[in-house]
Amino acid sequence: MSRYIRHAAAFCVLLLGALLVNTAWLQVLQGPSYGGNPANRRPTIARYEQPRGQILVGGRAVTGSRDTGEQLRYERTYTDGPLYAPVTGFVSQRYGTTFLEHAEDRVLAGTDPMLAGFPLWNDFTRARNPGGNVVTTLDPAAQRAAFQGLGTRKGAVVAIEPTTGRILAMASTPSYDPGELSGNGPAVAAAWARLNDDPEKPMLNRAVRQTYPPGSTFKVVTAAAALDAGLVTDLDAPTDSPDPYRLPGTRTSLANEAEGCENASLRYAFEWSCNTVFAKLAVDVGVDRMREAARGFGFNDEGLRIPFSVAPSTFDTHVDRAQLALSSIGQYNTRATPLQMAMVAAAVANDGQVRAPYLVERTTRRGGGLVSAAGSRPPRQVMRPQTAVRLRELMCDVVADGTGHNAAIPGATVGGKTGTAQHGVGNSGTPYAWFVSWAQGRDDMDARVAVAVVVEDASARRGDISGGGTAAPIAKAVMQAVLRSRPAG
Amino acid sequence: MTKTGTTVTAAAPPAPAARLPRRRGVELALIVLAVLLSVYGYCAVGLARYGTVPPGAAGYGAGLGVLALLAHGAVRLRAPYADPLLLPIAVLLNGLGLVLIYRLDLETPGARAAPVQLVWSTLGVALFILVVLVLRDHRWLQRYSYVCVVAALALLTLPILFPPVNGARIWIRLGGFSFQPGEFAKVLLAVFFAAYLAAGRSALAYTGRRVWCLQLPTGRVLGPVVAIWLLSVGVLVLERDLGTSLLFFGLFVVLLYVATGRTGWIAVGLLLAAAGAVAVGWLEPHVHSRVEEWLHPFASIEEGRGPGQVAQSLFSFAAGGVLGTGLGLGHSILVGFAVKSDFILATAGEELGLAGLSAVFLLYALLVERGYRAGLALRDPFGRLLAVGLASIVALQVFVIAGGVTGLIPLTGMAMPFLAQGGSSVVTNWAIVALLIRVSHVARRQYDGKVAP
Repeated sequence: MSRYIRHAAAFCVLLLGALLVNTAWLQVLQGPSYGGNPANRRPTIARYEQPRGQILVGGRAVTGSRDTGEQLRYERTYTDGPLYAPVTGFVSQRYGTTFLEHAEDRVLAGTDPMLAGFPLWNDFTRARNPGGNVVTTLDPAAQRAAFQGLGTRKGAVVAIEPTTGRILAMASTPSYDPGELSGNGPAVAAAWARLNDDPEKPMLNRAVRQTYPPGSTFKVVTAAAALDAGLVTDLDAPTDSPDPYRLPGTRTSLANEAEGCENASLRYAFEWSCNTVFAKLAVDVGVDRMREAARGFGFNDEGLRIPFSVAPSTFDTHVDRAQLALSSIGQYNTRATPLQMAMVAAAVANDGQVRAPYLVERTTRRGGGLVSAAGSRPPRQVMRPQTAVRLRELMCDVVADGTGHNAAIPGATVGGKTGTAQHGVGNSGTPYAWFVSWAQGRDDMDARVAVAVVVEDASARRGDISGGGTAAPIAKAVMQAVLRSRPAG
Repeated sequence: MTKTGTTVTAAAPPAPAARLPRRRGVELALIVLAVLLSVYGYCAVGLARYGTVPPGAAGYGAGLGVLALLAHGAVRLRAPYADPLLLPIAVLLNGLGLVLIYRLDLETPGARAAPVQLVWSTLGVALFILVVLVLRDHRWLQRYSYVCVVAALALLTLPILFPPVNGARIWIRLGGFSFQPGEFAKVLLAVFFAAYLAAGRSALAYTGRRVWCLQLPTGRVLGPVVAIWLLSVGVLVLERDLGTSLLFFGLFVVLLYVATGRTGWIAVGLLLAAAGAVAVGWLEPHVHSRVEEWLHPFASIEEGRGPGQVAQSLFSFAAGGVLGTGLGLGHSILVGFAVKSDFILATAGEELGLAGLSAVFLLYALLVERGYRAGLALRDPFGRLLAVGLASIVALQVFVIAGGVTGLIPLTGMAMPFLAQGGSSVVTNWAIVALLIRVSHVARRQYDGKVAP
């Protein structure tokens, strides 16, 4: 009988062996693939198990975390939700993340391997790094000025530092409180439904995700192309341009809102925004050089990240001459984000150099140790420095005694360009009011700020909507806020 | 049943060799270690969750320690030669089970199971002490084998009169208490099988006609056994408790083989098992769905219905990795229903990792091995078969449930011995250990120098 007992024992050993082998296979070899199964809730639980890192503006956190004690434990809070919503985005247990919360998620959630003190140590201890902080480039005073300037109107403001590309302000209205979307409860679902159904689209970041016809503000690009091409050598020499201007190859005539545009000088045409002069100039420049100029400023660039993606601004390159003429005064298929137009103003202010805009100064560990810093990116020369000097002159004239006088700041050099972009079928929509500008304080070596403001306001009467009337005062407030604050560095 | 089979293998009584040491001091030291390990686990849960030692740690340790020491005292008193590993392993597994249930209670504050489990553990230890003290000789059980089988069948049949719980009619609910009589039936059936096969094993082995290459026994001898086995399996199929059915069948085949040494039995048994499994798996929707879930654990995810229990269990094990998340830090609660009972191993796998889980498996293996060793050392066939049968119950049960929750075989609802929540299971397992203590005491006392127990 002993023999058979031993056989039975061997059978038991076989069972044990099968269990051990299967368990080892399951726990060691299958671990990673099961851990990544979308139905496995563990990664989500781990993600919210510790408070998220902070987003800092002007040295102060604009975010926080609330311990709910639920399964997805920590929920995001925002100190000035609507003010910074276009920058921070939201973190929702149910609906994911957007904007900086999305782009810098690995740092904020503590999963970035750069946060670890020693490589592989956390794999061993299964610890998760505390969430790191994201230090933004925003200037809180400028941001507040932009947001309050927009007020109840619909629109967006972007301000950047021309010499570096740092984004100083990014506001979009109407806004929303991203804190409403933190969590997983029915209130979050209700807020999500309400915000998505809102026809005003409060969750849309108009500063970078919405493109508008830039209207006359695009004339800065056209003027740069014409000056660079040498078509205009003297700003005050009369241009050979009729008024009205018949678009080449069509029977359509282009007219002006302003007076005295026939054969006007470039200075006069820029100051008073003569469509005819710039349409003809663009046709003379030609589609190739216009395309190169627009691309230099950043149009048709689909890869821009600040670090979240930016909707590409477009300048249609498959156009006939009539379409080119319209494109070059910011109509037809030309569309730009407010950020793009701020880059245009910044290029003029920065001797013709475009710096890639960015929103994150640096990311740090919770304790403050540096994880990554915004390295200085190579500038892109988009026009000759001499062209930039002349454009600055033109833009200063617009503010000094042209359509942009509302943006003048005593004691500072301010250059600007207004725009009133028609849109809709037969231009029936309420026009968008644009203003792009830059400002340099009396004691500053360089221009300190470049701003783009767009206001789309369906409630205003058509006549009240204009770049100089509606948008310029907002730009002025933002520029003043930047000039008043201490220079960076 | 008579005692005819008791002297079959005791060929030549040897001159008493030097007696084996009693090893009670070793047992005590190991028990202290087991209690300390359990208390450590209890503290680890509290430290991981709240950063402090849980307030009940001292009471918990004291309670478990007193129970273990009482059991140890009983062994010292009445079974001084007993195997010194059996009791510490039982204490450690029971203690670990309490820790795991306490840990899962933290996730379900509304339904605490650990205090009830502690009460059942106390009852189990009480039964252990009773058996160790009262049962002077295991051969006494042989006389009551038919009482055992009647009682076993009665226990198995009883739950049919009660409403089903979670698809299986294996529960009896009286007042606030619920228990599974089938658990107790396991031990009784093991006693009956051992007694019956010990008495009739020569007849089973040497008579009967030969069919093809299989030596079949006469129907006269085999008839009653097969009838009782069929009856119990039939009852279980009616109750939809496939796991216990599988366990009974495995126990029957193992004991039949050990008693007769006929490999033909294994073949017949496996054929029967395969046919039965296919038939039940095909016909019974409750079982059929389990088989489907085993073959395609992630099917429900692909269909958009979210992960099923087996999938959640696999996720749990996979999350554990080699070293585990640490006690109190896993998320095995996602398994949901039955996480403290059938799926308790998922918590062990996730929080203790492959290392801890292997240690748990090896503890069971050691328990089984000590049972088999006692069986080898004993001289009376009933004792041998009883020891092998009881050890095999543990081995098969561990395999069936551990294989089920790790996706090795289809899941069948069963309790992991000592670990899982479930009063009847804990009490039964303490009874099994008590019987093993008794037979090992006899085995080691009559040690003849041949087979080291």
